[in-house]
Amino acid sequence: MTELIRLTAAELSSRLQDKSVSAVEATQAHLDQITAVDTDLHAFLYVAADAALATAARIDARRAAGEELGPLAGVPIAIKDVLTTLDMPTTAGSKILEGWVPPYDATVVRRLRAADLIPLGKTNMDEFAMGSSTEHSAYGVTRNPWDRDRIPGGSGGGSAAAVASFQAPLALGSDTGGSIRQPAAVTGSVGVKPTYGAVSRYGAIALASSLDQVGPVSRTVFDAALLHDVIGGHDPLDSTSLTDAWPSMAAAATAGLKDGALKGVRVGVIKELSGSGFQAGVTQRFTETLALLTAAGAEITEVSAPNFEYAVAAYYLILPAEASSNLARFDSVRFGIRVDPAEGSLTSEHVMAATREAGFGPEVKRRIILGTYALSTGYYDAYYGSAQKVRTLIQRDFAAAFDQVDILVSPSAPTTAFKFGEKLEDPMAMYLNDITTIPANLAGVPGMSIPIGLAPEDGLPVGLQIMAPARADARLYTYGAAIEQLLEATWGHTMLDQAPALALATTAKGAI
Amino acid sequence: MSAITAEQVAHLANLARIDLSPEEITNLTLDLGQIVDSVAKVQEVATSDVPATSHPMPLTNVFREDVVVPSLSVEQALSGAPARAGDKFRVPAILDEE
Repeated sequence: MTELIRLTAAELSSRLQDKSVSAVEATQAHLDQITAVDTDLHAFLYVAADAALATAARIDARRAAGEELGPLAGVPIAIKDVLTTLDMPTTAGSKILEGWVPPYDATVVRRLRAADLIPLGKTNMDEFAMGSSTEHSAYGVTRNPWDRDRIPGGSGGGSAAAVASFQAPLALGSDTGGSIRQPAAVTGSVGVKPTYGAVSRYGAIALASSLDQVGPVSRTVFDAALLHDVIGGHDPLDSTSLTDAWPSMAAAATAGLKDGALKGVRVGVIKELSGSGFQAGVTQRFTETLALLTAAGAEITEVSAPNFEYAVAAYYLILPAEASSNLARFDSVRFGIRVDPAEGSLTSEHVMAATREAGFGPEVKRRIILGTYALSTGYYDAYYGSAQKVRTLIQRDFAAAFDQVDILVSPSAPTTAFKFGEKLEDPMAMYLNDITTIPANLAGVPGMSIPIGLAPEDGLPVGLQIMAPARADARLYTYGAAIEQLLEATWGHTMLDQAPALALATTAKGAI
Repeated sequence: MSAITAEQVAHLANLARIDLSPEEITNLTLDLGQIVDSVAKVQEVATSDVPATSHPMPLTNVFREDVVVPSLSVEQALSGAPARAGDKFRVPAILDEE
């Protein structure tokens, strides 16, 4: 069964369609891999084994009856625990929601089910998506499949680790400041943050509503495109959802595989997202990739985005401000746990404060208090108001850059996966890790991370971030697929074929 | 250094409805001081001629037809509540006795 789990979603789909593999077999193979490796990796918070097999059996029966099914029908998928699911607990990695089974599906989950994908379970994440390492999950860390002592990125470390360790070919993530792209970079997988509003946020537990975006997590650009086509498009239940008619992202990715797809493409290298602060091996692989692009006929230009320097500062005012307001809904009345105070009267106010003390972890408290401060009378203009102005300046930087180039590139993260605990005691060090990914969220533009090799000094994956103008998500898939093809032709294999820890995981399977 | 005091953090925690232990207040006072010092950098470029942006995409109010659409049943809405009384959410006293 090992072979089945190593197939891409697209390959698995064609085997399902020609009936050489059944959905039950595909699902069972992935459930077996979860059993074999996830006690150790802990990518999943919840595995819906019985429901997944039952769904798979129904899909097989419909296919056998000759029903026409969608391209991803019967393909298993993991779902980040920030997305509400009718039949699985949804905690967003927080104790305050422990055991909560939502009364509705997120729109993206409803669309997955309508397209007959098979939900395998819910993946681990930093509590309420606040973090870059998954160390802030209330349910324990997820390990990086490449090195068990290192972080899988965050907040979507569970989804990235699940696809990188072949527990699922696809996963859903959410990206507020890099939570899809940075985990993809440090696990050697692919992740896409679509244009703000391109994918519905309905049923995505809100962190910062003006920044949050749901997107695909996968091992190949084409698989991400197939998933984007399933989850994307207008949703009347999300008032910020765009009403655009979107092109097929899968067709866009296919276009990138044609000879000469990169010829004449204007690629901008962001001056401010390079140099000091970037690990040597990250810079080396990035520079080598630029050379490959040049050889393939792309025109590389350096562009300056002078206000990106202020992006992290603006983000850590806007995000906490919005989060402190969004998380006010955890009031111990409508959902989640309720904790009575040890002393004092049992009023709603006291019960709410005791519940939030017990239910929220340290990072959530830190950001709520910071957001409350940023929004306080007397500080509002200096902090939150100024951050909103920086947001305008960053949008202008993007607009000026995209006047000159078709896509922008940078390393997806300044370093490879760091060790557990390395940045846990220093919140600012953790926040600065998102310097590459945050600007896209502030401006609403789409971004993608694809693997571009291993850093020579530590043998860990490095990611390339590609960004496009708002609404030009298709461009990411075309050029992402082209660059991926170019790199794999150079290597003679895929990125994840090199993962050393996965060999260990397979050994562990024998031991269990 | 920004002058964030323990009293301020305790006040903010009260506004945010989170009980904090004395140890948490001490740690948060330190953390917040460092973070605020760092993010105050936004003031360097946020001059009066720059308009504020609250949202990445320019959107105006989004309306729909005023028609009844399916919504959660009472049972569904109450399904996650920590306490209920019949068809209602059960809440602790709103006002203190004093």
